[in-house]
Amino acid sequence: MHAVAATLIKAILGLVDYRGRIQVGGHDARRDGKRARRNIGYVPQEVIFYDWSVQATMAFYATLRRADAGQITALLAQMGLDAHAHKPVPALSGGLRQRLALAVALLGNPPVLLLDEPMANLDAQVRTEYRTLLAELHRQGKTLLFATHRLEEVEALADRVLMLEQGELRAVLTPAALRATLAGDVDMTLRVPAAQRSAALACLNEAGVSAHLNGRGTVVARVGADRKVHLLRTLSGSGVEVIDFELELARRDPQA
Amino acid sequence: MSSAVRKPRKLTQWGVFTMDLTFVWVIAWRELREALRHKWLWFFATGFAVLALALSQAGLATAGYAGLGGFGRTAASLINVILLFAPLIGLSVGAGTLAGDRERGTLTYLMAQPVSRADIFWGKALGAAVAVASALALGFGLAALGLAAARAGRATVYLSLVVYTFLLAFAALAMGFVIGTLARKSAAAIGVALVVWLVLVFAGDLGVMGVTVSLRPSPDALLAMLLVNPLQVFKLGAVYGLRATLDTLGVAGQYAVFRFGAALPWLLAGLLAGWAILCFGLAYALFNRRGDL
Repeated sequence: MHAVAATLIKAILGLVDYRGRIQVGGHDARRDGKRARRNIGYVPQEVIFYDWSVQATMAFYATLRRADAGQITALLAQMGLDAHAHKPVPALSGGLRQRLALAVALLGNPPVLLLDEPMANLDAQVRTEYRTLLAELHRQGKTLLFATHRLEEVEALADRVLMLEQGELRAVLTPAALRATLAGDVDMTLRVPAAQRSAALACLNEAGVSAHLNGRGTVVARVGADRKVHLLRTLSGSGVEVIDFELELARRDPQA
Repeated sequence: MSSAVRKPRKLTQWGVFTMDLTFVWVIAWRELREALRHKWLWFFATGFAVLALALSQAGLATAGYAGLGGFGRTAASLINVILLFAPLIGLSVGAGTLAGDRERGTLTYLMAQPVSRADIFWGKALGAAVAVASALALGFGLAALGLAAARAGRATVYLSLVVYTFLLAFAALAMGFVIGTLARKSAAAIGVALVVWLVLVFAGDLGVMGVTVSLRPSPDALLAMLLVNPLQVFKLGAVYGLRATLDTLGVAGQYAVFRFGAALPWLLAGLLAGWAILCFGLAYALFNRRGDL
């Protein structure tokens, strides 16, 4: 799904050729890309900034986005970056860099924010904070167009969901309808003590659950949406301590 | 949240070019800062400066070659150094500029901003050109200071060499941009740039010699072969600028003087400028292709 969404985002930004027509703020994304992009703040999955300070980075993009210099200070404060203004960008954590990307995207006050899995590389706590920031921007009237494969992000931020598959628009849904459609499976990433990982894996396999260890030392189990609590109880009953867990919509096999 | 909007300082529109000079300057300034941070640019600049200074001092200490002294002697000595350094600096900076940004991922992000491809391309080209010119100016400046302190002869010969050198470096820079536009990886771009440099510096000379010996071409054909290589164009122009003896020009050079007379230096300078314009134009056309990220 993500490759299609990423291509769609690039098309909206006028970075790739495409058939059909995309308009942003009344401007054709292909023929009048510069004006169309003036209406868009873009946040990629992982932004690579130049090796400058936060302040210098903001100043550079403020010029390109024709933003008032006074907006830099306001945005840095809004994103909680004012204390980091003079730090070099590479010294920032991933979460702060994504906040900086959002601050850059908001320069010039564009009505549309285009976000390509902006929280994919963030840990759970930072992701929650980031989602809150986006929800607040949405509440303030920004249009958020974002790609994600996380149901909780869709439910927290989206009014309308476009399901893309194999280069085609499969459906336009509400978040609730999406949950009903995709409720089939979720991936549960379970954090268990290192000494109990093998036992957890064996317990889940014995219970007929498809599970594996991932590279980060967590156990990933794929279960039906209505079997999540059952899975936790099963582990608990076997003496496995679940320290934390994350949920993610199971990626559907395109060949299926 | 403030939403004040700056008006563009100046907008230039020409066909597919939609340039905002404010953006071009900002991107050029960024490019210049990036280029000046590269150690190898300083390595080239320092190497060239040391050689230029050493040659200028040697020129002052020895008798004039072919009747030259001071600035003229230094200019003559510098030609072979420039033939190596100027294309190397231009090609490597040009090849690394776009390919490096593309590889890091910063180019896509820059293109996602409300700027045109023309703003980005010409901003980068301008910044890289200033960086290359600065690196060369350091060497020329140091040598000129030494010579001026010794009140050594006419500076016009030296200035003519400086102009030809800058034109050669910009032509090489533009060729580097063509390479950098096509390459996906910075290392590949630099590698191809070095191969092109080797071909221009060595194979060009040897090729002309080989063809001359084996095919005995007509003077027109021999001159044409020289003029398609910007390094040979530079050499001819720089040697002509010394206004020393005609035999230093070689057979083809003497024939060029015979054919074009006083217009020769303008023709040679025009050819170098033409190389730069042609290659920058080609690089821009390639860069402007949709989906070329």
